[in-house]
Amino acid sequence: MGLFNFHRDTFKHGIHPPEQKRETNGLPIRQFPFAPVIVLPMVQHIGGPSEIVVREGQEVNRGQVLAKANGYVSVPIHAPVSGTIRKISNVPSISGKMVPGIYLEAFPSSSQEVMEGTPIDLDTATPDEILKGIQDAGIVGLGGAAFPTHVKLKVPEGKNCEILIINGIECEPYLTTDHRVMLEQADDILMGIKYLAKATGAKQTIIGIEANKTDAANHLKRMISDGDPVSVKVVPVKYPQGSEKMLITSILDREVPSGGLPIDVNIVVVNVATTAEIGRLLPHGRGIQERVITITGPGVKKKGNYLIPIGTPLRYVLEQVGVEENISEVYMGGPMMGVAVSNLDISIVKGTSGIVVFTEKEVKKAPKVYPCIKCGACVDACPIFLNPSKLGILAKFEAYDSMAEDYHLMDCFECGSCSYVCPSNIPLVQYFRLSKSIVRKRKQVTTNAK
Amino acid sequence: MTILIAIAALGSLTLILALMLVLANKKLYVYEDPRIEVVEDLLPHANCGACGFPGCRPFAEALVAGSVLPGKCTVSTDEGRKVIADYLGVSLGNQEKWVARLACAGGTNVALNRANYKGLSSCKAATLVSGGGKGCFWGCLGHGDCEVVCDFDAITMNASSLPVVDMDKCTACGDCVEVCPKDLFSLQPLSHRLWVACKNLEMGDEVLEECQVGCTACGKCAMDAPGNLIAMEHNLPIINYSENHHTQVPTQRCPTGAIVWLDDELGVIKGKESKKIIRKGDRPIGFS
Repeated sequence: MGLFNFHRDTFKHGIHPPEQKRETNGLPIRQFPFAPVIVLPMVQHIGGPSEIVVREGQEVNRGQVLAKANGYVSVPIHAPVSGTIRKISNVPSISGKMVPGIYLEAFPSSSQEVMEGTPIDLDTATPDEILKGIQDAGIVGLGGAAFPTHVKLKVPEGKNCEILIINGIECEPYLTTDHRVMLEQADDILMGIKYLAKATGAKQTIIGIEANKTDAANHLKRMISDGDPVSVKVVPVKYPQGSEKMLITSILDREVPSGGLPIDVNIVVVNVATTAEIGRLLPHGRGIQERVITITGPGVKKKGNYLIPIGTPLRYVLEQVGVEENISEVYMGGPMMGVAVSNLDISIVKGTSGIVVFTEKEVKKAPKVYPCIKCGACVDACPIFLNPSKLGILAKFEAYDSMAEDYHLMDCFECGSCSYVCPSNIPLVQYFRLSKSIVRKRKQVTTNAK
Repeated sequence: MTILIAIAALGSLTLILALMLVLANKKLYVYEDPRIEVVEDLLPHANCGACGFPGCRPFAEALVAGSVLPGKCTVSTDEGRKVIADYLGVSLGNQEKWVARLACAGGTNVALNRANYKGLSSCKAATLVSGGGKGCFWGCLGHGDCEVVCDFDAITMNASSLPVVDMDKCTACGDCVEVCPKDLFSLQPLSHRLWVACKNLEMGDEVLEECQVGCTACGKCAMDAPGNLIAMEHNLPIINYSENHHTQVPTQRCPTGAIVWLDDELGVIKGKESKKIIRKGDRPIGFS
């Protein structure tokens, strides 16, 4: 805070897509009914697929462990509903592949009481016990990436975590999940922060919230008791501020080095819904069985924020909320970073933060792609200062090695700002996703060869 | 006067450098078999890698060294290979022709598309967008990455967006095998005539819903086949080519025509009981 402080509470570059949050941000979270058959893929997180520990025909209680973690970078999966294991076989997943999974038939007349495990007591538990508890609860990053939270919270030796940032930005258009969670589950969030602060050893906690959610910010400020090392920071609205690297720049004006993690600048960032889940589950030793999802978009009749059991088939969700006749595209996640769904038989997973449905009216015919006119709009939009124009040209000519080595392709986190602003409709992000997958594959081949 | 000094200085410099080059040429000379150059000229210069070497030059070196035989080069003609063999005084070597074969028959007229993919026209890119929208998770997406990558124009996409391999042009270089994101291509000797054109791991009606020519894992082919020729594994028939497989019997009772007999002249021959496919146009998107 000197004389020449040019830091303006936000990062440089980025875009301002229409927010479209007004339709659902005032609607309270409502419980969703249980689907008759719940379909649970074993690949819901980044890392090893969970290992099934039940057999066909077995009756399970809500909250019971159905699959255990397979390795350190993996989490268990809990039964979202009391019922019978109907079938253990391959189930369709969002990746377009069949993955191992469980078909769970719900008991229609069960009281659906939740099984509880060993509670993790905040006062007596050690940081490692808290991390173990987070893993046992099956908690992954609920913002969308679904990276196991306990791995992220593990501070490597020789590094230390000064500040814990709770990510309540939710910069993705249409989604209001985190907004509602902050308004309705403030107690859980503050409890979760206590667990997280103990696990990471952070002295200070900052909750980052965008200026379009001032009600949530004020509510949290009121809830924080005096003397708590927790503060709320409101930052201007901009996409992609919810990315942890951008958020760190916005709040603390620190830059995470290329290829590095937030812990390299002594920070750990956790999503606000994940924090609430930790604060709610750990004192009871429960596992995660449901999550808040925004179902919205012009194609949905009953838009809203719903508490949906994990594993509910997408087709059932759309039937329950009602969709228009002429729906054309369904996104899981938001319209910027989410994935267009090719199959309505896939189910809600832990990383699903929203479902956005568009009708034929909004979806343009496949736009004509024109050559790059070197206008530089993408360069001005890229929040991590890459050169998407150059990268796009290289991708077209399949110069993947040059993209990775000379132009920092692997730093791209696929926010989609470049494609959004491109006047020539070049599908830049798709090029980069493809290139990144090829570069990763090549790297794997070379390491295997060694 | 100045110009003379300049000429003399540069002239002597030229002489000294020339002398150094002469010495280096003598000192660092490496003997190379002159036959390598000749053999390389006789090779087709396709640099396709079908022989297992990075290009024609390393292959020529290996030929001269005697570690491989000319028959390994699948691109060259019969005469071409014979000229090399005669020149080196070696036998022609293994000449069995290998080709790339596609383990999918689900074109747009028979296989279901759940969604209409509108992005970058490439199978690899489409696979990353929740699988590409094809009903069958294992099936050909039909955007023609293989057609683009083939150096010999051996692959063309047919009317129902399925790649067709020209057996004469195919050199089994393996580029299509590598590029296919669904791993549908494999290199097979031309003599393997019995072929399973499906990779769907599901069974029964689930398959038929997605594709009319998919393997339903009924197992009739395995039952009809002599000896241990066919085994069912993960809902697919696996042909054991080390057995005598020159029989069309296993194809006869296949209800969908997923197991076929590949004939040089007649092309793909399906069994008598296989469903006849009449539709020429595309199947509508979504469940029919």
